[in-house]
Amino acid sequence: MSMEDLYQEIVLEHSKRPRNRRAIPQASHRAKGHNPLCGDEIEVYLKVEDERIVDLSFQGQGCAISTASASLMSESLTGLSLVEARQRFAEMMTLLKDAGVPVDASKWGDLAAVIGVRRYPGRIKCASLAWHALQGALDGRPESTTE
Amino acid sequence: MMTRPTTESQGFSVEAVRADFPILRTEVNGQPLAYFDNAATSQKPQAVIDRMTAYYSTENANIHRGVHALSQAATEAYEAARKVVARFIGAPESREVIFTRGTTEAINLVASGLGQTVLQKGDTILLTELEHHANIVPWQLLAERKGLRIEVAPVFDTGALDVEGMKAKIVASAPKVVAFSHASNAVGCINPARELIDAAHSAGALVVLDGAQSTAHFPVNVADLDCDFFAFSGHKVFGPTGIGALYGKADLLGSLPPYQGGGDMIEKVSFKGTSFRGLPERFEAGTPNIAGAIGLAAAMVYVDGLGREALDAQERALVEYALDALTSVKGVRVLGGDGPRVSLVSFLMDGVHPHDIASFLDAEGIAVRTGHHCAQPLMERLGIPGTTRASFAFYNTFAEIDRLVKGLHRIQKVFGS
Ligand SMILES: Cc1ncc(COP(=O)(O)O)c(C=O)c1O
Repeated sequence: MSMEDLYQEIVLEHSKRPRNRRAIPQASHRAKGHNPLCGDEIEVYLKVEDERIVDLSFQGQGCAISTASASLMSESLTGLSLVEARQRFAEMMTLLKDAGVPVDASKWGDLAAVIGVRRYPGRIKCASLAWHALQGALDGRPESTTE
Repeated sequence: MMTRPTTESQGFSVEAVRADFPILRTEVNGQPLAYFDNAATSQKPQAVIDRMTAYYSTENANIHRGVHALSQAATEAYEAARKVVARFIGAPESREVIFTRGTTEAINLVASGLGQTVLQKGDTILLTELEHHANIVPWQLLAERKGLRIEVAPVFDTGALDVEGMKAKIVASAPKVVAFSHASNAVGCINPARELIDAAHSAGALVVLDGAQSTAHFPVNVADLDCDFFAFSGHKVFGPTGIGALYGKADLLGSLPPYQGGGDMIEKVSFKGTSFRGLPERFEAGTPNIAGAIGLAAAMVYVDGLGREALDAQERALVEYALDALTSVKGVRVLGGDGPRVSLVSFLMDGVHPHDIASFLDAEGIAVRTGHHCAQPLMERLGIPGTTRASFAFYNTFAEIDRLVKGLHRIQKVFGS
């Protein structure tokens, strides 16, 4: 796998023009994620109504992988129920940790490009940063780390 | 592109020197390794590897504890290593050299000792904004325990130390201890140590100099610098990990209480009370890293054999070549200012995060370091998450720097919008 396979068009595009990189003033949940390895910080905002995510956004600067992961996460989880979102989080962690688990492209869509980072152990935490922040927000923890 | 200066005429052959370092023949991701992470740790010449193997194969025994022949041999080799280190850093006496695990332990040792002698509640310690965490956290822990104040000398927006600002701080804050790095691992600037040490002494302060980055790169003489304490790590000077040293002026070191208690550092132990040995044993409790000390001495002998002036010249040629070549890459800004620098370039690239740069370069066999370089306060001051750092040693080549620059051009193309 070459670098251009990891930094596919979709990753580059989302890192240069991230979706939902903004604050949600009336957020019902929010939390910061911190990657102590590189110092990157991402804050995730959620608006939850009737146990369903109606809006999801993030703020912060990070590498292309972490920004694209946050951007794609915001798109793919909006509209899901909290139960579904938590399940996605757990599945994402499994996929990132274990390169042997196949990625169902019909389910993950563009996020599959980000999951490709699992071949580069040094960069997995970049991809999981926003997700850890999301989980922190859902659990009511204001700060979480990728450790 | 700048023409490559040649140091061959001074009797230095980079090809011959590279042959001394077996790891430089490694391939990474199908490419020959270009190792640019020397500021984190340097590679080891065969001479060091062989010396340590020989020690374990033929001389291994505990020191200072036996009358048998091997113990004598090991003790002699260990103490001979101390003499080599003393000579390498210009320490007037070898008992002024305490073997430690490295810079970090050396600074912790001094901080702990000064915390029990010189420093009293309310006293001030002066650090700088560019310090490595190893020269911040031990002082913070001490400050918390003892109720001390920590003042911080400023840097410029390039990350280079504001020397006049630091001198003003020395006068204004009347510190009891000034601790700063001889050269910055994060941005590469060499600080005018003697000038700052004189200013600190005039203000009545003791000086702890962090020599982790200077010792590997240019000849250091602690006596000429007149520093009170000097810390460095062997693994950055082509020696093994787990060994380094603290130098201290004999009278000052002698005035500090023991750091750790245990065997070897005592004169007589009794439950009525224990008396301690003098320098340097008092600070070396327990069985030390004997093989490490011997390996470090071998590294220093190796470096001296090549000639430290020639190595310094080679490294300066490399860094000047790199600085010049990097100006050809659009959107690259090198930190550290225009003053003297060790052979490292720490830079930012518009629109590309350091981690993405490092992954691309790694795929091409080029090892650089990214992130905060254990200098988070400096990154915070500069308002950046981190930098990409290429740090050179005398065994690096101009062709390797060309590969780095080519890699950066490629990254520029991938990320350019
Ligand atoms: C300037 C500086 N100080 C201190 C240290 C800590 O050295 P060590 O980790 O070998 O104790 C380093 C190396 O990382 C350094 O570059």
